[in-house]
Amino acid sequence: MEHIELFFKSIFIDNMVFATFLGMCSYLAVSKKVATAVGLGAAVIFVLAVTVPINWLLDQYILRDGALSWLGEEYASYDLSFLSFILFIATIATMVQLVEIVVEKFSPSLYNSLGIFLPLIAVNCAILGGSLFMQSREIPTLGLALNYGISSGIGWFLAILAIAAIREKIRYSNVPAPLRGLGITFIITGLMAIGFMSFGGMLTGGDDTTSLEGNPENVGMESEQIQQENIETEETIKVSTITKQ
Amino acid sequence: MALLSKKDSRLILDPLADNNPITIQVLGICSALAITAQLKASIVMAISVIFVLGVGNVVISLMRNIIPSKIRIIVQLVVVAALVIIVDQVLKAFAYELSKELSVFIGLIITNCIIMGRFEAFALGNGPWRSFLDGIGNAAGYGVILVIVGFFRELLGSGTLLGFKVLGDPITKTGLYAIGYENNGFMLLSPMALIVIGIIIWVQRSKNKDLIEE
Repeated sequence: MEHIELFFKSIFIDNMVFATFLGMCSYLAVSKKVATAVGLGAAVIFVLAVTVPINWLLDQYILRDGALSWLGEEYASYDLSFLSFILFIATIATMVQLVEIVVEKFSPSLYNSLGIFLPLIAVNCAILGGSLFMQSREIPTLGLALNYGISSGIGWFLAILAIAAIREKIRYSNVPAPLRGLGITFIITGLMAIGFMSFGGMLTGGDDTTSLEGNPENVGMESEQIQQENIETEETIKVSTITKQ
Repeated sequence: MALLSKKDSRLILDPLADNNPITIQVLGICSALAITAQLKASIVMAISVIFVLGVGNVVISLMRNIIPSKIRIIVQLVVVAALVIIVDQVLKAFAYELSKELSVFIGLIITNCIIMGRFEAFALGNGPWRSFLDGIGNAAGYGVILVIVGFFRELLGSGTLLGFKVLGDPITKTGLYAIGYENNGFMLLSPMALIVIGIIIWVQRSKNKDLIEE
């Protein structure tokens, strides 16, 4: 049940393109033709499905506060979480290199049509964003992390497929000249995002605010709580140093 | 601009309008959309990117003759990631609430395509001083769009600017609210960022006909 919920939530409610705007650059640049959009979408699903679980393991056993305790008692107080950006991006760059080699070997035509955008998956924010959201939402198990990677990849795939189909058709309509190309794509994406917001009530019956990730009020409350926790920990640190002295 | 030669000042001024990274080159859009519900967050994001791109461009340009071209992407990513860690830690230390608000989007500066784009297109082939100007110029072009979007979204969405109530108080009905104006809460939701940028592109291209596509 947990898996099914996360699956639908990351495809529709927290859709990477429409709710958090990740991977917009390649979404806008590669969505002129359905065929290339499908290729890039599939590559993104694959890379996300591989990197999110790997980064989950890294986060769980190396990076987070106290994660090194499996090495021994004296390492239990280490907090390496500031290194997560570098380790995550290194994993991603390696995996993208791997995908590039595989695609070049098995489908040279797809490799040629994707061109520069295959290596650019390494700097696609959807991929790093997947890992960072995995970290900040504290996904509990490896299975759920894999699920999250695959399903958010599918969400991205759906989005680019839809916009590519619309852009193929919109060539025949009479758009005002200054709005042609990029401008109208932005506005269509905005309208699609409004549509996707209505999925927000799908799992909760409509009384939940999970889709409003950027809601300033929610964020403020969270940070206040965290600050209080911080103050508490600072006090305990002070106490412990005093007792040491 | 006596300080800069004509050629150098173009490096800064071009990306501000006619070669803007967001509206013309279509780079670095993710963060421009996600954090612009408030003007303050937009300004902090713009300053962070100006710092990362300015310093990063200089570093890459200093190393350009010793980076093997096969692993240059990884070298670039490491340089950016190191700079972003600095920004992230500084924000956590001095503006904790803001850094919570920006959440993962500070980390996503690493994958901001403007940065990789400028490293690839400019810093690998030019000297440090010109790369610095180019970095500052492009990041400022990005910042300008961010600030414009943030300005309109905060003003129309919550009636404030940088947290100050510029349109009056919605609860006691003063200022504009006295004559029946209501905040448009829709502006705070993410889809409106896309539409606002779409409108900026529309305005810019109707002013400068050379930029129209096809």
